[in-house]
Amino acid sequence: MSDEEDIILSELDDEELVQQMHDDLYDGLKEEIEEAVNILLERGWEPYRILTEALVGGMTIVGQDFRDGILFVPEVLLAANAMKAGMSILKPLLAETGAPKMGKMVIGTVKGDIHDIGKNLVSMMMEGAGFEVVDLGINNPVEDYIEAIQKEEADILGMSALLTTTMPYMKVVIDTMKEQGIRDDYIILVGGAPLNEEFGKAIGADAYCRDAAVAVETAKTFITRRHNQAAAG
Amino acid sequence: MTDALSRLLQSRDWLLADGATGTNLFNMGLQSGDAPEFWNEDEPDKIRALYSGAVDAGSDLFLTNSFGANASRLKLHEAQHRAYELSKLAAELAREVADKAGREVIVAGSVGPTGEIMGAAGTLTHESAVEMFEETARGLRDGGADVLWLETISAPEEYRAAAEAFARAEMPWCGTMSFDTAGRTMMGLTSADMVTMVDGLPNPPLAFGANCGVGASDLLRTVQGFAAQGTERPIIAKGNAGIPRFEGGHIHYDGTPELMAKYATMAFDSGATIIGGCCGTMPEHLRAMREALENHTPGPRPTLDEIAEVLGGFSSPSDGTGEDAASAERPRRRRRRA
Repeated sequence: MSDEEDIILSELDDEELVQQMHDDLYDGLKEEIEEAVNILLERGWEPYRILTEALVGGMTIVGQDFRDGILFVPEVLLAANAMKAGMSILKPLLAETGAPKMGKMVIGTVKGDIHDIGKNLVSMMMEGAGFEVVDLGINNPVEDYIEAIQKEEADILGMSALLTTTMPYMKVVIDTMKEQGIRDDYIILVGGAPLNEEFGKAIGADAYCRDAAVAVETAKTFITRRHNQAAAG
Repeated sequence: MTDALSRLLQSRDWLLADGATGTNLFNMGLQSGDAPEFWNEDEPDKIRALYSGAVDAGSDLFLTNSFGANASRLKLHEAQHRAYELSKLAAELAREVADKAGREVIVAGSVGPTGEIMGAAGTLTHESAVEMFEETARGLRDGGADVLWLETISAPEEYRAAAEAFARAEMPWCGTMSFDTAGRTMMGLTSADMVTMVDGLPNPPLAFGANCGVGASDLLRTVQGFAAQGTERPIIAKGNAGIPRFEGGHIHYDGTPELMAKYATMAFDSGATIIGGCCGTMPEHLRAMREALENHTPGPRPTLDEIAEVLGGFSSPSDGTGEDAASAERPRRRRRRA
């Protein structure tokens, strides 16, 4: 370490600092991210600009390397934790300044399934991309999903399952939404190791997302499509 | 070497393990989201039928219905205090079926993951994980399991914690991991990394290997990755019967018995000694696998192209071993000193 030069964040110019934040996010350095967010705020940056350029920008690199099999779950979790720490400073400020919203997602792991690693990743990456996320945690029965999407006025429902024994439950949730006539009010994304695209289609989801990075891209595409439809209609 | 599995391994070139637990139980009416382990108490005949299905199809070894019988998973069903009891029941029913088989059949006590994250980014401590695994291990041992069988693990930390628990329970064991992310485990471990980890354990397993994951092709690539390390330890191959599809309200795996028969002989030629299936592998698959292995003349290790041609393509171009190991290394970023 001794041959490395100390970097003093506050001495970096804006461009270098944002670059350094991308690197620090990549390395999961939570305290450095918090410090840098505060420095940019002091320099008069809009919270929304810090979110998009520094945090979302950095998490996009993490997401790409995760998708390409260069980073794996442990590194991504550390990066996401660092991002979250920065977000928690920005969140109240974003609300005050009326920054644009990407959309809202309710997410949870289905009944019987404890595996929430994938879901947590999606949740953090979605936040990293500027979405508002309501995380229902693990082991959710159909009633909890439906209550939450209605109460939160969500745009997207995300469901995750990691076990063969729990993945059919996603269909139970979608079928119940169909019965209640609310299926088409929401974008439904599903994910989890045992799933595939064909399975997603067969149970009536809008899309299957292979990993958290794909989930973010898919969510963006569907939200844009929705906005366009709303504008056209 | 007094345990039953070691004796059997010495006398045979290969052993046929079992197939799916979940897929079979669904066909018997298990509801999605319910804990299969409760059936050890509530539906013992169905669990006996599950076990007998594998034994009658020719399995030399089968796993107990205790995959989720640890405090962390049972908590979902408010049964976190029943890990020992439900594990013991699972093993007792298995012992009963194995002893009636009329030939040597090994009862392998299934130990699945806790579902929690360990290590720097996680919440589960090593000590808590060891305690949880030990409770399950003692139940399986007291119920009459011959060997403990750790499966579907992603994190090396969790594998090590289970190994320590099994040492405390003074039981021989086997342990497989699930390689489902670009040829690695979800936590980024390659097949080569696993061999190094396993060899470094103070109480190494009798056999190690891969289960579940993506498809049969990927699993064989992983097995070849183990073998390439020159390990002397027997290798386990338990791959899924193809890929899950949703048909008529049920999960169906698209791998036919014929395909799994080919997978079994290719697994043998790739270096595996204990060969079985995972999700979607039913008794008819096991029967075909047994017949194929019995009639198989050992051949050269199949190439990856041959595997892809017979069993289907791979989920990723590389699995992070061999020549790809260097390029897949995480790029180092400049780092600020605290």
